[in-house]
Amino acid sequence: MMPQANVLVIAPLRPEREAELRGLLASMNFVPGQVNPANALVPFGQFSQIHVARFVILDDQTTGDLQKAYGIPAPKYPLSLAFLADFDGPADAFRADLAKRAGKGLERIFSCCDGFAPGADLAGWMKEREISSATNYVNWVGRTVTQIREEDALRLTIESHLQAKSAAFAEKNPREIHATLREFLQTEIRAGRLALTPQPATPFGWWLRNAAHFIAVPLLLLVLSPLLLLYLPFFAYQLRSREKSDPEIAPRVEACYEEQLATLEDYDVTNQFTAMGSLKPGAFRRWTLIFLLWLLNWTTRHIYTRGQLARVGTIHFARWVFVNDRRRLLFASNYDGALETYMDDFINKVGWGLNLVFSNGVGYPTSRWLVLDGSKDEQKFKYFLRRHELPTNVWYKAYPGLTAFDLKRNTLIREGIEKTHLSESELRQWVALF
Amino acid sequence: MLPAVDYSDVQGLVRFGFANMTEAVYLLLNVRDPQAARAWLAQAPVTTATETNPVPSTALQVAFTRQGLEALGVSDRVIAGFSAEFLSGMAGDANRSRRLGDTGANAPSAWEWGGSGRIPHMVAMLFAERGRLDGWLRSIRGAWFLEGFNEMGWLTTSDLGGREHFGFIDGISQPLIDWNRTRTVSANGNQLAYGNVACLGEFLLGYPNEYNRYTDRPLLDSSDRGAENLPNAEDQPGKRDLGKNGTYVVIRQLRQDVRAFWQYADEATRTAHETGHGVAEAMVGRRLEDGASLAPLSGASIAGVGTTGSEAKRRQDVRLNQFNYATDPDGTDCPLGAHVRRGNPRTPDLPGNPSGILSELMHMLGFGETSLHEDLAASVRFHRVLRRGREYGPGLSPGEAIQPAPPGDPERGLHFIALNANIERQFEFVQNAWMARTKFDGLTEESDPLLGNREPVRGCPFTNTFSIPRKGKVRKRLMEMPQFVTVRGGAYFFLPGIRALRYLAEAGGA
Ligand code: HEM
Repeated sequence: MMPQANVLVIAPLRPEREAELRGLLASMNFVPGQVNPANALVPFGQFSQIHVARFVILDDQTTGDLQKAYGIPAPKYPLSLAFLADFDGPADAFRADLAKRAGKGLERIFSCCDGFAPGADLAGWMKEREISSATNYVNWVGRTVTQIREEDALRLTIESHLQAKSAAFAEKNPREIHATLREFLQTEIRAGRLALTPQPATPFGWWLRNAAHFIAVPLLLLVLSPLLLLYLPFFAYQLRSREKSDPEIAPRVEACYEEQLATLEDYDVTNQFTAMGSLKPGAFRRWTLIFLLWLLNWTTRHIYTRGQLARVGTIHFARWVFVNDRRRLLFASNYDGALETYMDDFINKVGWGLNLVFSNGVGYPTSRWLVLDGSKDEQKFKYFLRRHELPTNVWYKAYPGLTAFDLKRNTLIREGIEKTHLSESELRQWVALF
Repeated sequence: MLPAVDYSDVQGLVRFGFANMTEAVYLLLNVRDPQAARAWLAQAPVTTATETNPVPSTALQVAFTRQGLEALGVSDRVIAGFSAEFLSGMAGDANRSRRLGDTGANAPSAWEWGGSGRIPHMVAMLFAERGRLDGWLRSIRGAWFLEGFNEMGWLTTSDLGGREHFGFIDGISQPLIDWNRTRTVSANGNQLAYGNVACLGEFLLGYPNEYNRYTDRPLLDSSDRGAENLPNAEDQPGKRDLGKNGTYVVIRQLRQDVRAFWQYADEATRTAHETGHGVAEAMVGRRLEDGASLAPLSGASIAGVGTTGSEAKRRQDVRLNQFNYATDPDGTDCPLGAHVRRGNPRTPDLPGNPSGILSELMHMLGFGETSLHEDLAASVRFHRVLRRGREYGPGLSPGEAIQPAPPGDPERGLHFIALNANIERQFEFVQNAWMARTKFDGLTEESDPLLGNREPVRGCPFTNTFSIPRKGKVRKRLMEMPQFVTVRGGAYFFLPGIRALRYLAEAGGA
């Protein structure tokens, strides 16, 4: 298995070059919201390892909320550019590949940022400015872009075969269907019309680190549990007293901002979401969030690795990243469906989980005991999210037209076709995939 | 006890479909002379939701677009309190059109009304018992009316005896509104069983909704001019509630190509070796003859099904609506993409019918799934609409429909009307996520068989299929399904409560 990795480069802009940068980023799109995969600057389509990538200018409009809510002067953060990518294989190889094939374009982009001089070591410069995520989510760990494309082709081949031979298949039972299709696909593969590349070996280093992490986190929790238990009543007190007084800032966004965001959405069956906000002031919220994201990251690394984040099956990639000395949080995701659907899924399926994380942000709708209420104040929560959302300047996804569910179904089709022995019930379920 | 609903402050359409009044016409109006328009509105004989015996034989309902409120002189500050979708309008921006599937042949630029520059200010909906509509129209269109308004168009209706143009019985399934305010929902609790009862706040502003919250609407200070006659806001003491007892009305004129529908369905029934009206029924999800569901009835009762009306009515409701799709996870009884299944997948908040805290917790964390589709479209209670549409144009039986169209074949279709307190979460969600979306419930390359615009989406060159799953066999898949329904017009309206209507009639008049 080839695990995915990701990068996030954040670099402050040179103010005098902001307009130029915006122009460059806009030139990568056909129209706002629709990237040209073969654009001259970073031809994403040529990178067979990239799943999703984006450029976004982190123009957070909400930094003044600290002042509004707590009377703390709003820190002045420099306007920055963020580059995010999720891809197959290790980050070093990816950076090198980027520098090789998109070096010129990236140089033009990054020259608009502080501290980049053309001719500098691009990969090194990026690496220096990288920030790792506090929690990272991958819908299906180890499923490569190549695999996704092959499995999509597999399904389409089967579908058109079933259609062409519908009379012959009409009365077949699941076992016969499976056997016939297997045979057909083997000929297709032999004829070179279809490929199902076997899984590569899992890199040993990755496997080891992953296994160590799997054990280390619960172990550490176990060791710390007496302390945590002792602290719990204090924590509860601190939490509740804050929850009772933390102000909400969740007005409906202005129509023009709403339009600016919506213009970037709903071309593909999947959308991007980038949002940013400040943490509530003080060590309590900061450490609570650090701890929670650390736990969450354990679950996304080891539990939610095959198609679902708790009950939500529509997220391809997502991450939560601390920036600016852990005073702000960046959230980026790639989700299926329209934003309204996404937010409803959030509220109704994992409202408690959202509260855990986002209730530590300034202005979040009032929560109780960290998991209750909050997002269940539906309209306020939606306004809050929209208000913190940032227009994503450039967004690329390698497989337009495919949802996370499509990918899952295609993988299940493939897993079924590669097996010779399936039980009756497995066969029935497999046949229902078409 | 929560305060009872004042029916005399609610327009009747929220509570009644006016079924006895088989004639109706919807007048699309523009304000010509605000003074006269206001004078007419101030005394308009608007029918309320109060039960009367005998039932009235005529009815009038009025609703406004944003443009209409502006034309009446309602202040910008007050107007800004309405929902964003209402303010922007059904065809107000290309992004919304994209979400609603209003692209291609459905694009607002080709609409007869409701597109840019063709948005009516107001709709006056007139209903009457048979033979009485003309007289009712005459009495409504008096001097003030004719002076106050320009008529942009009339949406006429026809009575097909409870069936829509494709021939199916319509209006079988409706949410049951909790008028007595006895339904309790908690913001954080899961509803573990599918039910048909909806909180009042889903269909009337000013009351708690399914999240136990009050949906945003314009609230005024009691000191604001004219506000003293408005009801108090239940949730915000000291504020007057312009939304209270009002709701939003979605109107869409949907042309139905009945010939294309039956010709396609007939042909497909033959090639797919189905019998009778098999394919058409699979597309709708109900039987042509009696409206029975294709999914089996459930043994257990469902909250809000078969609980109101006469004994016969109750029995009928049980026969037609006591089901959900939990026993049909793969859609082998009722296709996953059938219109009624898309319109209401009948799912509770959590799949798998968990029993006990532990099992509920496991499901909340995403474990214990028994079928691929069971959690893809959850929590339908937040996405119900009250359908009050009526047909227009002459009827055509399936038998006639398979004949070629004569020259000058008249237009026929549905004036789709939906009531809801939150357009975005109710109508738009259903239209976008369930009807138009080509990925609903794990399907792909198909949108609603009746409504879909069959436009390609990025990465999917075709979206014109329809799958009919079969138990233990290869699914049947219909290909190259044409577009059967085309949007011809539409707008979002605010249907005010009676006191709010009087306020609106006075607001602009200084
Ligand atoms: C010309 C267009 C349409 C036709 C011919 C049509 C036809 C039907 C029919 C025959 C039924 C079954 C009767 C019933 O269950 O009450 C039905 C149900 C329904 N339709 Fe439509 N419809 C149309 C447009 C729409 C639109 C635009 C929507 C919403 C966006 C919609 C939403 C629903 C819903 C929610 C149900 C009830 C499902 C349930 O609760 O089980 N329909 N429709």
